[in-house]
Amino acid sequence: MPSTHDWINDPLGVVEGMFAASQSSQSSGWEAKAVELFKEQLKEKEAQTLVPSLNDVPLHYLKPDSLVRFRCLVQDMFDPEFFMGVYETVDPATKARTLRCGKYKDVTESGVDVNSRSTVTAERQTFYCVPIPGENQWAKDGYAETRSSQGRVVPSTSYVPSRQKRSYEDDEEMEVQPQKQKETHAASPSAADPHGNGDCKRQETEAPSGPAASASHLDLNFPLPGEKGPSCLVKVYEDWDRFKLNDTLQVFGILSVSPALSALADEKDSFLDPAAGLESAAEQRVHSPPASLVPRLHLLHAERLDHNNPLLPGAALQENRAFLSSALGEMAAVRAELLSYFTHVLLGDALAAEFLLLHLLSSVYSRRDVLPLGKFTLNLSGCPAAAAYTQRLYQIVQQLVPSSFYLAMSLQNMNQMRLVPRKDYVANRLVSGALQLASSTSLFLDETQMEPGQLDATGVRNVTALGNLITWQKVDYDFNFHQMEFPCNINVLIASEGRSLLPSDCRVHLQPQVAPAHMEEYLSSIHVHPQASSQLNKFRVFLSVARLLDYSISDEVTKAVEDDFVDMRKDDPQSISADDLHRLLVVARLLSLSLGQTSLTRDSWLRAKHIETLRRSRMEQHKSVNGNEP
Amino acid sequence: MSSPASTPGGRKRGRNANPATPSSEGPISPPSQRRRGQDSSGGDLMPMPTSPATDVLSPAAPQDTSLLSSPRPSVMPNEADISSPLGYWTPSSRVEGTPSSRVEGTPRSGVRGTPARQRPDLGSVRKAPQVDLQSDQPSTDGAVASEPNAGHRLVIWGTDVNVGTCKEKFQRFLQRFIDPTSTEDENAGLDLNEPLYMQKLEEISVVGDPVLNVNCRHVQSFDAELYRQLICYPQEVIPTFDMAVNELFFERFPDSVLEYQIQVRPYNALKTRNMRNLNPEDIDQLITISGMVIRTSQLIPEMQEAFFQCQVCAFSARAEVDRGRIAEPAACRHCNTTHSMALVHNRSLFSDKQMIKIQESPEDMPAGQTPHTTIVYAHNDLVDKVQPGDRVNITGIYRAVPMRVNPRQSNVKSVYKTHIDAIHFRKTDEKRLHGLDEEAEQKLFTEDRVQTLKELAAKPDVYERLASALAPSIYEHEDIKKGILLQLFGGTRKDFSQTGRGHFRADVNILLCGDPGTSKSQLLQYVYNLVPRGQYTSGKGSSAVGLTAYVMKDPETRQLVLQTGALVLSDNGICCIDEFDKMSDNTRSVLHEVMEQQTLSIAKAGIICQLNARTAVLAAANPVESQWNPKKTTIENIQLPHTLLSRFDLIFLMLDPQDEAYDRRLAHHLVSLYYQSEEQMEEEFLDMAVLKDYIAYARTYINPRLSEEASQALIEAYVDMRKIGSGHGMVSAYPRQLESLIRLAEAHAKVRFSEKVETIDVEEAKRLHREALKQSATDPRTGFVDISILTTGMSATARKRKEEVAQALKKLIETKGKTPAMKYQQLLDDLRGQSETAITKELFDEALRALADDDYLTVTGKTVRLLA
Repeated sequence: MPSTHDWINDPLGVVEGMFAASQSSQSSGWEAKAVELFKEQLKEKEAQTLVPSLNDVPLHYLKPDSLVRFRCLVQDMFDPEFFMGVYETVDPATKARTLRCGKYKDVTESGVDVNSRSTVTAERQTFYCVPIPGENQWAKDGYAETRSSQGRVVPSTSYVPSRQKRSYEDDEEMEVQPQKQKETHAASPSAADPHGNGDCKRQETEAPSGPAASASHLDLNFPLPGEKGPSCLVKVYEDWDRFKLNDTLQVFGILSVSPALSALADEKDSFLDPAAGLESAAEQRVHSPPASLVPRLHLLHAERLDHNNPLLPGAALQENRAFLSSALGEMAAVRAELLSYFTHVLLGDALAAEFLLLHLLSSVYSRRDVLPLGKFTLNLSGCPAAAAYTQRLYQIVQQLVPSSFYLAMSLQNMNQMRLVPRKDYVANRLVSGALQLASSTSLFLDETQMEPGQLDATGVRNVTALGNLITWQKVDYDFNFHQMEFPCNINVLIASEGRSLLPSDCRVHLQPQVAPAHMEEYLSSIHVHPQASSQLNKFRVFLSVARLLDYSISDEVTKAVEDDFVDMRKDDPQSISADDLHRLLVVARLLSLSLGQTSLTRDSWLRAKHIETLRRSRMEQHKSVNGNEP
Repeated sequence: MSSPASTPGGRKRGRNANPATPSSEGPISPPSQRRRGQDSSGGDLMPMPTSPATDVLSPAAPQDTSLLSSPRPSVMPNEADISSPLGYWTPSSRVEGTPSSRVEGTPRSGVRGTPARQRPDLGSVRKAPQVDLQSDQPSTDGAVASEPNAGHRLVIWGTDVNVGTCKEKFQRFLQRFIDPTSTEDENAGLDLNEPLYMQKLEEISVVGDPVLNVNCRHVQSFDAELYRQLICYPQEVIPTFDMAVNELFFERFPDSVLEYQIQVRPYNALKTRNMRNLNPEDIDQLITISGMVIRTSQLIPEMQEAFFQCQVCAFSARAEVDRGRIAEPAACRHCNTTHSMALVHNRSLFSDKQMIKIQESPEDMPAGQTPHTTIVYAHNDLVDKVQPGDRVNITGIYRAVPMRVNPRQSNVKSVYKTHIDAIHFRKTDEKRLHGLDEEAEQKLFTEDRVQTLKELAAKPDVYERLASALAPSIYEHEDIKKGILLQLFGGTRKDFSQTGRGHFRADVNILLCGDPGTSKSQLLQYVYNLVPRGQYTSGKGSSAVGLTAYVMKDPETRQLVLQTGALVLSDNGICCIDEFDKMSDNTRSVLHEVMEQQTLSIAKAGIICQLNARTAVLAAANPVESQWNPKKTTIENIQLPHTLLSRFDLIFLMLDPQDEAYDRRLAHHLVSLYYQSEEQMEEEFLDMAVLKDYIAYARTYINPRLSEEASQALIEAYVDMRKIGSGHGMVSAYPRQLESLIRLAEAHAKVRFSEKVETIDVEEAKRLHREALKQSATDPRTGFVDISILTTGMSATARKRKEEVAQALKKLIETKGKTPAMKYQQLLDDLRGQSETAITKELFDEALRALADDDYLTVTGKTVRLLA
């Protein structure tokens, strides 16, 4: 049996040991046993945190061929490849033949006898994985902290994770990215380096990844602009069918950064090699990028992530009774606090705050044929155009949800951005787009940025794609000859001045309680919650837990709801349609969940009806004031 | 130089190497062939690249078998392979066999005068492997080699194929195989009771195209063992087939002249695979996969054989390409000068090659995955047979090539490159061009599945069941669902082009109109997800080009390419158009042709063509006033041209019924959506997959025809419909309605899996048609159902009224006497004063227009002038 940390530091040794043992004892199934072993070791959450994470630790600090983990999104799936599962090597000096295991490796040992009959061909699948798009800094930091608090740092380095943060903040400004946290951290890259030796440290970070300079021409294919972080080619050895595109995974695998990989790719003198010659250079680049940029990860174990909130326990929520019950106990109190915070943020509008809260809890929990259930797209209209209000609003959302993306719907963005992923047949890969997002990402659409002008063909396509996303919770990826739809689960929040041009499930018109004269002043007083992050953390836990809860409706309440509906229709058939009932049911569900109730009660139903009525009457009012609303 | 003579390469060479060949100079193994025997003499006969060797071999002695014993070091499987041919052939164990270098011009013995053409697709015809391998291997393999010999069971290396037996069996197959039930279009015109392939050979002798396509399924039904060998050892068996067929052919047709010898191209290997299921066990086997071509490379001339000439003495030598390399002779064998050999390009041999990328068809893919791609190499005449976008079935040999071992590098990448050497392409949508068979996707159903489907069809309430299984999340609207169900099945396609009427439309078009928020879009989405060839567009977002087709320049080839739009893409499917009313007139106008003639004419950028667009249209439209106005006709509510409306077989209104019982059921339905578990829902309704298969099966296999009673019933129904109107002096049915009825009745028969349209089908068609009409064609003024609302855009009463007004106006003008011009307003006022009923401005305008049409007057601005 391997010693305590062998399985982290030298997993290949462990695998090979098992392989050798199986060869001598003729026992079969060593592969399953090996996987089982690692799974067993990784059962404990503590053990998991011992494994260094590619997300937090720069690649060059990681020991090659050691076990690492990676929190990622499956961005693309390449074709399966055949490799030598078992092969024989011949020692040129002694002519001794040795059987070797080719699993979990990219490169064979020297002296391979390609003609050996003991060669066993096996199959594996490659996934192209990127860090979870739009993951917010607090979530990243949260994950990084859990592991550094374990005290153990990466073997063989004196690396301190906190420095890593700098490199994230060095990003050149992407115009679509709001100035996140610019208030707290001075933005200009030259100024303000909290670490005195920051500059030389940074050089150190960049120097080893020499080819990183060329990273600009090698597109790492991140869904969102301005993203940083490693991407990975994950090699999966079994059951790859259970993974789907856009799954978020925690992958445990053996890191392979063998420089031989890039060397092999380079010396393709394509003229005489018919196979290589026909593969386009673009494809080469995509499918075998330099290992120093895109490391290979040979998967030993992977878990699908329900959420990427570092404050929640990793395992399924229902199993963690203790955590769940304490969270449920606090729910109502936290809800009240959050509501008053939102009311403050939304210029004193309590009703809008209520709906914003519900919106942040929503999640597509099921689909009935084509109909997604549980989505709750919110259109906040009447946002003041002043003082970059929408961007402030986004910063607040950003502080609360683990991953989010701000999309300014400016004409230029709509006409130029690639929202829908597209298959590039030349490079044979799926070129990502901004709508390739992980499940339960918050998408903030800022329609106040829209100005009159012409949408070109791309713009129309992009708007249509957004509309489809909102209505059907799916994105039609463009495969050139056909489209393929991928279901998604994205919370869309639209901030606009008037009614949004996009469809939405629910629109609330903001009614500021602040006099226009004081608006500027008031707005500048809203900023990212300065007080203790413990309160923020409570909010974060609240939002994540509530959307993971189960929910049901009892027969009695069903009956009551039906009666209610019939009565309402009887009074005035125009007042409520099937769509309204749909919405009411969603609101009731979210309202119950926000109170920590897992089944609908009569009270929640009435309350849902009440806030719906309030909202509708406000719409009526607004309509009569405005007159130009349809 | 890896002397080709030193080793007997593939069996193919072995076969033709017959002792009589004078030039066999192989020092080691006597049977090593000098293909073409032209080492010195024949070279001049073959200056053209890719031109087949033109050697004439001495009449083939059937000694082929003798060669079989010759060791074939290039393919060295172990004993296990021999005993279990289906076993695992690791690519590495056959490494020399896989690269697709080949001997071109493999001569086939015995067929006078006809050159054999190389088969790079088989790729097995190995050049001599490197010497070191050879020295290395005979020690181990020799033993194996001798074994079969000893047992007098001569088999090809590494297989259990005995060439003699195999050939005999195949010849017997060719001579005897009869398939009386054949329905393939390839066999059209052949006598099904005669041996099928003999007729094909005859065809070859007449047409001169020396390719014999053999359906593997036929081979299987004839001789399962032969089929197994074919699948497992295609590289060995197909050349044997070639040999067999040529012997047979030239025996039969001794006088025919072919460009080169006949090549056998098997297709439809039953082992048809989804690309996703390919695994290492399929390597070197014959497989058929289906997919869509996504890229084709340009033609690649691949050197087959290099021609070297000594600069000193002009002695020439040839070197065959071995795994992409040419071994340049270091010294001239004749004059012994070193480094004197120079490559002569135009005497070297090349063959055509093309790389094709195939992608899984979208239908075969599990949800949430991205499609896989595979590289296919096409050789010789298969080059440029397919274009990007084609859906094809490819039969070929699956190959895995190890990454080249670089001598300078100690470790290698442990990954193989895989590809398929294509032997046969079959475009699955090819038939569309010929219009022979409407169903392109010959979806394969397992027997179990067919059984389940048939059981389902036998149930008396199958129609209701299926209808309720359609979009279960949408509440009620039973008739609409039934209508859509019939649309999914479609009528029977009829071809009257002989008598000049062309094709009859078999597809049912449906328009849904109604209040917003009545889940029309959802219904459309559902249908789009259900049918394999569905397209979904929104009237708002689509332009005429997006619907039809456009021409664009391919950035790579600079060729003009016709890109097809939604309507063409949904040929044989359903095109769902949402927000039909928001569509621009221009866009809508293309639908006229599509919805009746089912073709699409394009004249653009020099491309003039007519594409098939046999698509059913399912459209949804919102009323103009956002709420349906029951006081107006359908036309007025949705403001669509009646010419278009009349092309819809069924027009349904989806209105909000305001009734308590309905509300209650609706509420229950919706609430249950929100809390029932997935399983509960599934129990209640038919699985979507079953429904899909059911429809696909019915569309493929059921072609109902009208029975006598049904025709009578239809006639009666039509006559009745016309009668209804005649009472009020209006026509209430047109032949188009009769056609609709027929289509609906046929579709209903299909739902029952019945080959005959019977009275019950007609009854249902009538009922549905009536229901739809009742909703859409009721004249709000009279309360009568009035078909002319849909056919002419206005109800008969309205039209009568218009005529009356026109007459009144004419009279009025005549009473005014000979005034050549009148004021418009004046005239209107006069008319209003005269008439008892209210005359609206529109009505007046229409009356004026009617008179203008009769050339009675013209209207210019505010003046009305009399003509004549």
